[in-house]
Amino acid sequence: MTILNRVAAARPGTSGRHSRLLTIEILVLVLFALMPLVLVLIWGEDDSFFWVVFTTKVMLLSFLALSFDLAWGYAGLMSFGQALFFGGSGYVVAVMSRDLGISSVFIIVPMGTLVGLILAALLGAFLLSGSKTPSIIFIAFGTLTGSYAAERLARAWYYLGGQNGVSVSKAMTIGDMPLYEGFGFYYLALGFLLIVYIGCRFLVRSQFGLVLAGIREREERIAFLGYRVQLTRALVFALSGAIAGLGGGLYAFHEGFVWPALMGPLTSTQAILYGLFGGVSTLIGPIIGVSGIEFATIILIDYLRDYWIIILGFLLLLVIMFRPTGLVGLLVSERERIGTFGRPGVDRKSDTRGD
Amino acid sequence: MALLEVKSVCKSYGQLKALDKVNLNIEGQQFHGLIGPNGSGKSTLLKCIAGAEYPEEGILEFEGKDIKKTSPADRARNGMSLKFQITSVFNQLSVYDNILLSLQATQPLLRLAGSQSRERLDSKVMETLTEFRIEARADDLAGVLSHGEQQWLEIAMALAPGPRLLLLDEPTAGMSPEERRLTGELLRPIKERCSMLIVEHDLEFIKDLSDVITVLDQGQVLDSGTPKQIENSERVKEVYLTRV
Repeated sequence: MTILNRVAAARPGTSGRHSRLLTIEILVLVLFALMPLVLVLIWGEDDSFFWVVFTTKVMLLSFLALSFDLAWGYAGLMSFGQALFFGGSGYVVAVMSRDLGISSVFIIVPMGTLVGLILAALLGAFLLSGSKTPSIIFIAFGTLTGSYAAERLARAWYYLGGQNGVSVSKAMTIGDMPLYEGFGFYYLALGFLLIVYIGCRFLVRSQFGLVLAGIREREERIAFLGYRVQLTRALVFALSGAIAGLGGGLYAFHEGFVWPALMGPLTSTQAILYGLFGGVSTLIGPIIGVSGIEFATIILIDYLRDYWIIILGFLLLLVIMFRPTGLVGLLVSERERIGTFGRPGVDRKSDTRGD
Repeated sequence: MALLEVKSVCKSYGQLKALDKVNLNIEGQQFHGLIGPNGSGKSTLLKCIAGAEYPEEGILEFEGKDIKKTSPADRARNGMSLKFQITSVFNQLSVYDNILLSLQATQPLLRLAGSQSRERLDSKVMETLTEFRIEARADDLAGVLSHGEQQWLEIAMALAPGPRLLLLDEPTAGMSPEERRLTGELLRPIKERCSMLIVEHDLEFIKDLSDVITVLDQGQVLDSGTPKQIENSERVKEVYLTRV
């Protein structure tokens, strides 16, 4: 049986697997929503504080992972530069906070998003506006160069704090209310993550998502149908930058400072690992990737101080080598991962509509 | 004014002249067959017309507009559709989604993001699938269709957006005799809707379908005329029929 036949055999409506992805998505997001409440019930507020703060960081890094999934998993752009948008927006809001005293969430969030959007739009325009289709290597090196240059610039520029980065000493505010790390920030991050996630899901399952699926499979063919492939990819890349920027702006306030490596290749590579580990082209996969890697790191570092990085690296290699579709690929069929884009909820074989 | 005008078009690959001052006109509602031995330049000419290759010299006009340097996407948006020689349907998408992908191609991306035309295009998708007798496979992946069905799906994709010129590169390649006959049946009624340029090896298939046939040999037009004239052409008999 060929792979395609196996995929066909697992098509929605025939195997009962069609709801698996949705089930995983709901499960993960509900888990995030309930976690602080459950921890408080079990350990009390003080003892669960560390894990609440840590999970907030995980959710903020999820913006970075989601942005990579949009770029690579949906637009086919192997970006080694997502950290540029994440860290770049973190730097801008940190400097705004330091020099202008701005800390309102109503300014920080739009500004962070805008900075990410602009940086990605500029880099995307530069990389995708050539007359020839850019290769994966060209995109990878182009984005890597952007990320690397930004890190070097930050390290060398006194105004940006050089090696030390920029501290964000003010708390984020909603109106007059300061929002310190902890439960408030947790639910703020979760709220934004939910909005972004639902928006992304709507997009990738829309008719626009069908175009992206077509580009992923036969980039050269789809142009002959009338699609402007590079423009479409540039739009998704800009959107991925905006999402990374939103996360970066929040991250700067949550962590209390930004540093050069936040924009550099190391953080960019982290985004790739989150995506590949959890499973790209699924949206939820990269979020699972962030959670898996970050929680494994913090647990392993406690018990296996000298070996944790080797074990983690080995685990990542295993998943990437033997399961290119990541952890989510273990549970979700290829057909479901790609999705169907016709009228939702219509069983065409029993459809008796007269149109 | 001809729908498509190809004048003195030249295309080379290094030292090899694939097309050498080729002329070809296609009128409205005309089926134009393009035949020739292997390496005669048929596919290269089709690629130049569709935008997959760019000619070095000559004139390419579609509805009176110069299209020599326009992109394949712009040519498709202006009413030209191409069916590739090697089937290139989207294997990982359903048959239904393949047609939807083709139908929605000219819509603004923002409209697509809102899935605003999904309901409206549904009946058109099913109509197209019914016309090509693959409606029962609508929910199957395109990759599991038989070769003949994939060819029909690809023709259906090219035809669905309502092009004014349909370019078919060997639509019956790899088909059984029965599938060829069916393909002929499917293509005949299309004449009411658009013009067509068909590249084919099979003279029998193309002569029943075409109003005009152009024969290429070594990158040059050997002869052009009605199927009857081509059948009786001594030059064609000598060069084409003895070599293929």
